[in-house]
Amino acid sequence: MGSILSGAEAASLVRALPGVDAVGLEARAAGLATRSVKAESKAKAIDLAISMIDLTTLEGADTPGKVRSLASKAMRPDGDAPATAAVCVYPAMVAVAAEALQGSGVKVASVATGFPAGQVPLDIRLADTEAAVRAGADEIDMVISRGAFLAGDLERVFHEIKAVKAASGDARLKVILETGELVTYDDVRRASWLAMYAGADFIKTSTGKVGVNATLPVTLLMLQAVRDFRALTGTQVGVKPAGGIRNTKDAIKYLVCVNEVLGDDWLSNEWFRFGASSLLNDLLMQRQKLKTGHYSGPDYVTVD
Amino acid sequence: MSDRLRVKKTYKLYVGGKFPRSESGRSYAVSSPDGTELANAALASRKDGRDAVAAARKAQRPWAGQTAYLRGQILYRAAEMLEGRAGQFAEEVAETGGVEPGAALAVVEAAIDRLVHFAGWTDKYTSVLGGANPVAGPYFNHTTPEPLGVIAVVAPQDDPFLGFVEAVAPAIATGNTVVVLASESKPLPALSFGEVLATSDLPGGVVNILSGKAAEVAPHLAAHADVNGLDLSGVADADLAASLEAAAAETLKVVRRPGKPGTSLDLLRQWTEYKTVWHPAGMAAAAGGAY
Repeated sequence: MGSILSGAEAASLVRALPGVDAVGLEARAAGLATRSVKAESKAKAIDLAISMIDLTTLEGADTPGKVRSLASKAMRPDGDAPATAAVCVYPAMVAVAAEALQGSGVKVASVATGFPAGQVPLDIRLADTEAAVRAGADEIDMVISRGAFLAGDLERVFHEIKAVKAASGDARLKVILETGELVTYDDVRRASWLAMYAGADFIKTSTGKVGVNATLPVTLLMLQAVRDFRALTGTQVGVKPAGGIRNTKDAIKYLVCVNEVLGDDWLSNEWFRFGASSLLNDLLMQRQKLKTGHYSGPDYVTVD
Repeated sequence: MSDRLRVKKTYKLYVGGKFPRSESGRSYAVSSPDGTELANAALASRKDGRDAVAAARKAQRPWAGQTAYLRGQILYRAAEMLEGRAGQFAEEVAETGGVEPGAALAVVEAAIDRLVHFAGWTDKYTSVLGGANPVAGPYFNHTTPEPLGVIAVVAPQDDPFLGFVEAVAPAIATGNTVVVLASESKPLPALSFGEVLATSDLPGGVVNILSGKAAEVAPHLAAHADVNGLDLSGVADADLAASLEAAAAETLKVVRRPGKPGTSLDLLRQWTEYKTVWHPAGMAAAAGGAY
């Protein structure tokens, strides 16, 4: 959906948002993180988490061969384990990924718009997006201009997201807020709402390229934002925490939060994703543990 | 006489270079053979075993990648540290085992000597066990013993200190990392030995020490797919040993059965596997190194 608001309207709505109760938010996240999920429920949670992964490789050293092997793993991670939601790559690797994943149902996601800093001129960021879509990307992961956002130029951020949304065409747009660089919870809330007003299909925490990536409280705050946004506008937006989620225990904490804040409507890979790479192996090892009854090890999963 | 209240030591586990309590929060009382309560030790659970294996796995590659010389230096350092605390260890061995103080000190000194002995082996066993093989072709052909990986050890029950050191030292000398279940009824000297290792430049995770019930924790270690070797030398119960060996077979482990250890070389060979490499004779120099 394209936004019907003007930049000035959106900016003033966002500026009027209430502040975040940081202590309450962190206590709530810590409380939800203590939930214990066992046995059959755990098996289901593991398979659900696998199906929500955007299996990611964003390295300068990515080669077509590496992307192809990642794509095979995404389609068939291990035995009867479900496929992941998507493979997430740089625009230059989209064509390779799209060919490898053809007909599999696994989506091709591409970071774009001058990832990870976003500090390039807008026309280049739009061209980056269009090229990724042309090469076969089903989803675009854009970065916002944190520089403009932190300088207070919310209107510019709003217009850029709108322009990228238009350039993405039919591809779903995930807007990376890079919460580690926004620093405060108040700014995370403002950026979430700004992105949703501008037409984001997903809001995503992080690039994975800075020191602080997805945290449970920040993700919880974003989950609350999409809940309130749907209540206000009727539009459902997805959430994608990315970076730093490495093991099954963490993944299940996130799923508990989704269930508690948003419920079943969001508990599918249509509306919730994990941006991760090493998480998949840990989920597979836990899955093997539940099947065989004994602990598994890194010798029993692929080396990425 | 001073009316000062003595500060009693809390014996904790040694996992990944840290001294945690059991994840389960449990502990058990350790007594001397005449029934005097000596201390409380952590009662390790299945999950402590899992954490210890994860720590051992993480430490294994860097440890095996260190030079043999450095591994020897670190083992020698452990012997030095133990020498300085021989009195304390002799007391613990005497109290837990009901041994005469003189005999206990002899046990500790024997353990120190064993550490020095295996420190010396670190840069020699590859030459003794491996070597260049004669082949009928223009190739260099080498065989070298390589560490198996992570070894789970059930340490001897009635020889709580020397037996413990003799089980651990040869395994780590060859570049393995270990998860050791200390003697169930006499774990104190082994747990204190963790403090010696922690101050000997031994990287965290190379030796992980658990105290608790072998029957509770060992089955999970035996069946753990990320454990490469299983030392049952301290399992007194024959049925338990048989079931542990069966569980280990599921995941292809090397198993050492209960019984007296062989020579030092046997102990070193126990936790290694042989790798043989063929090099075209003219290429060996170009390849720069062994592999």
